[in-house]
This record gives sequence, structure tokens and C-alpha cells, in this order.
Amino acid sequence: MNFPAELRYTKEHEWVKLEGDIAIVGITDFAQSELGDIVYVEIETAGQTLAQDEIFGSVEAVKTVSDLFLPIAGEILEVNEALVNAPELVNSDPYGEGWMIKMKVANIADVEALMDTDTYKEHVGH
Amino acid sequence: MEQTEALKLVHLNDVHVALGAKMVPFAGYSMPVLYTNLIQEHIGVRTGVGVFDVSHMGEFVVKGERATEFLQYVTSNDVSVLVDGKVQYSCLPNDKGGIVDDLLVYRWNENEYYLVVNASNIEKDWNWLQQNNTFGVEMENISEGLSLFAVQGPKAIDTLKKLTDLDLDSMEYYSFKSGTIAGIGDVLISSTGYTGAGGFEVYVWNKDAEAMWKAIFEAGAEFNIMPVGLGARDTLRTEMGYCLYGNDIDDSTSPIEAGLGWITKFNKEFINSEFHQKIKENGPTRKLVGFEMIDRGIPRQHYEIMDAAGNIIGEVTSGTQSPTLSKGIGMGYITKEYTKVGSEVYINIRNKYLKAVVTKMPFLK
Repeated sequence: MNFPAELRYTKEHEWVKLEGDIAIVGITDFAQSELGDIVYVEIETAGQTLAQDEIFGSVEAVKTVSDLFLPIAGEILEVNEALVNAPELVNSDPYGEGWMIKMKVANIADVEALMDTDTYKEHVGH
Repeated sequence: MEQTEALKLVHLNDVHVALGAKMVPFAGYSMPVLYTNLIQEHIGVRTGVGVFDVSHMGEFVVKGERATEFLQYVTSNDVSVLVDGKVQYSCLPNDKGGIVDDLLVYRWNENEYYLVVNASNIEKDWNWLQQNNTFGVEMENISEGLSLFAVQGPKAIDTLKKLTDLDLDSMEYYSFKSGTIAGIGDVLISSTGYTGAGGFEVYVWNKDAEAMWKAIFEAGAEFNIMPVGLGARDTLRTEMGYCLYGNDIDDSTSPIEAGLGWITKFNKEFINSEFHQKIKENGPTRKLVGFEMIDRGIPRQHYEIMDAAGNIIGEVTSGTQSPTLSKGIGMGYITKEYTKVGSEVYINIRNKYLKAVVTKMPFLK
């Protein structure tokens, strides 16, 4: 299982990639593997400013549905529209084409406080 | 982790773990829910052959001169139409208007039957049957000693034919034979299953279970045989509209409401038969129906079913994304006004009212 070193992780199995004050957010390889075949990704919070840990959407697999929790506070700028018709991208490329949102980060230090690769690997027992 | 420690293991537990199965608690057992990928396992059964270890199921032997009479009284279907070597789907009505369990009844001869019941209900069924045994029949619970493999899919017959001289081609749906398979004697095989994909179920004593499992996989290798978990078992049975005890039927549902009128025969008396006959005569106030999503969404157990005005008219009892149809399908009890095929209903999916249409089952035509 792949957990790129340049990313930060949450205990809810989201990843964050920081580019300036913009963060790209998705779910981890572990999360997509646990969920199985993803059928719907529903994110209707574009344009909203939300607090850390607020629900920003949901991801639905054949057998389960899970909420998506915002890893850090900020404004949701963009949602990956490709996931509407190709939600399976989250399974096939969770850190690439399966990204979920781009957001403007309220406080960069929030990102630094998230788990690094080694800590996350420990969290999921890998 | 007290609960985990108390879980029972199927005889081939180590085999499943070695195959990399994800094991989950189900009906008091640690069971393989998934081996690789749910959709692949589902499609594998629909198009080829897959094997489920469903050894958690319960098996009772019922013997005695009045065995037929006893089963006529405790089950809803008409046991008198069974002949030796035939199987019947039925249920055990309780005395409160509901169902103790649904089950298969195998007739060995008029004085000996085998009952196959749900794992979660083994103890409840046993006690219920004992309590109602005023017919002097002898009962034995052989669940612990038996393994059960469901070999399902269009290639199941070609797989199993390689292993036995039993004439599988001539077996009618819902019949059984006993004999030797893969050199293992005293095996029972029935043309039954819970997938709608065709195939067989193989009952084998635990001492021979591993050898049987291996032989089936060797024989099926040329058909890309695969182990299949309970996850795909659920999506497969939902596509067929088959009831799952605990979801679609339970201690409070009448078989008439559940669309199981075809296994509820009033040409004989059975436990609480008058009550169900009245429901049939008056028409049930609610019925278990199937529905397909028109809007994008997946219905799931306990979601509310609403009318166009937002009034609650029922509840989802089973629901999933259908891997074959690539849309949400479900079953649920709905008040009778909305049960006609083609009725538009709404499913409350996380506070969104998404449109669905009442559909004739099976969903898979």
C-alpha cells in the first residue's frame, strides 16, 4: 500500500497536499481499499468555508457509505468534477486523478499538525 | 474485544485467512466477507463459478413415523407434495404473526427429513421445534459437524461433473442426491443456492471439508473458479429479490406481507395458519416490494420510504448498488396504496428524497 512522503494524513484517512496556501484533499489508498468499489462521490460544499473536521461530502461504495471530514479549516474552492461520472478513479488513483477537493487553507500551521507518512502508516498498521 | 473471542470459526477458517479474506463477525461466526473485490466476485458468480463457504448454516435431522405430520404443522409450505430427493423452501411461522426463520426442507424419505436453517437462528429454531414437537419425532442438530460449500454460477455444473459419477445434468432445480464426490463418500449435493446464478450446494463432514474444497478449486481452475465472500452473496441475492432473515423477514412479518404467499399453503393447518389466511383474504396493509432508483443513490437498510408529499410510507429492508445493473436497488415494506409496479416513491437517503420506482422482482430478468 502506498503512502507518499510529501503528503499529510488524518485519522479519518484523508490526505492533504499543500501547494502554497492551496490544499488538495483526497482519501488514502488504505481508505479506498477498505471501502471497495466506489460508486458515488458526493460533494456539494464548493464555495463554503468550513471548520476542521466538518463533513464536506460523502463517498459511497457498494456496501457502505462514509462521510468525508475536512482535514483543516478553510474555503472549498473546487470539486473534482471527473468523479461524478468516474468515481472509480478514487480506487485506481487515490492520490492523483482521484483527488476530491481543492481548498484555500485558513491556517498553514494546521497542515503541519497533521500526521506524516510514518505516523499514518502506524495508525493503519502498515 | 470480548465479542471477537466468542466468535465461532468455520472448519476451514485457516484456509480463508490464508487466501487473504477479510473476516467479519456474522451470525456469531467469523466469516469471509470479501476475498479480493466485491464486484469481481459478483460478476465471477454470474458469468463463471464461485464458491461460498457457508458452513455457518444450521442443519437438523428430523426422523420418525410422524415426521411429515410434524413438518406440516411447523412449516408454512405443503410438505406433502415433496417426494424423496426433493427440496422445498419454506418458513417456520411463530404464534405472534411473524416468522421464526426461513429454511430449506430436504426429504430423504417420508420418515426422515433434513432442515437447513439460518446460522443466527439455530438455537431459536431448535427450541421452537422442540417446543412444538408433540409428534414424537426424533431431532438431531448436526450443524457443528457439517461444512457447506455453495458452488454457484453457470460453470458450477462443469466443475462438479469432473468430480463425480452422480448424474448432475438430470437434477431438477431444488433436488438432491447423496454419494461420492472427489472420492469423498457420504456427501449430499443439492441443486439449490442463494444467487440466482445456478449451481449446487455441497454438504460434507468437517473431516473431509478441506479435501473437498481443494478438489473443487482444482476442478474449477479452467473456469477461473474463485472464492466468494458474504458481501457478494448479499448483492447476488438482492438482485434476485430473495429475502434475508433479519432484514426482509423477521419475528414480526407475515409471509403473506413478505410476498411469500407461494410458500404459505392453506390446504393444511400449521402454526397460526388462521391468522395468515385472514391477512391473505383481507389483503395485507403493507407489502414487501422491490424498487429501483431513478435518481442516483444507493438505498440501504432502515432508510425511510416516502410519498411525493414527504409522508413516510415504508422502510427499506435491504438495498445495494446492483453490480449487474449499475444502479441502486432495494426492497422494503410499503403501505399497500403504493405497492403497484410502476408506483413512484422516494427514498430518504441522508435527508435527500431521491426518486425510485416500484419494480417487479427479480431485478435481474
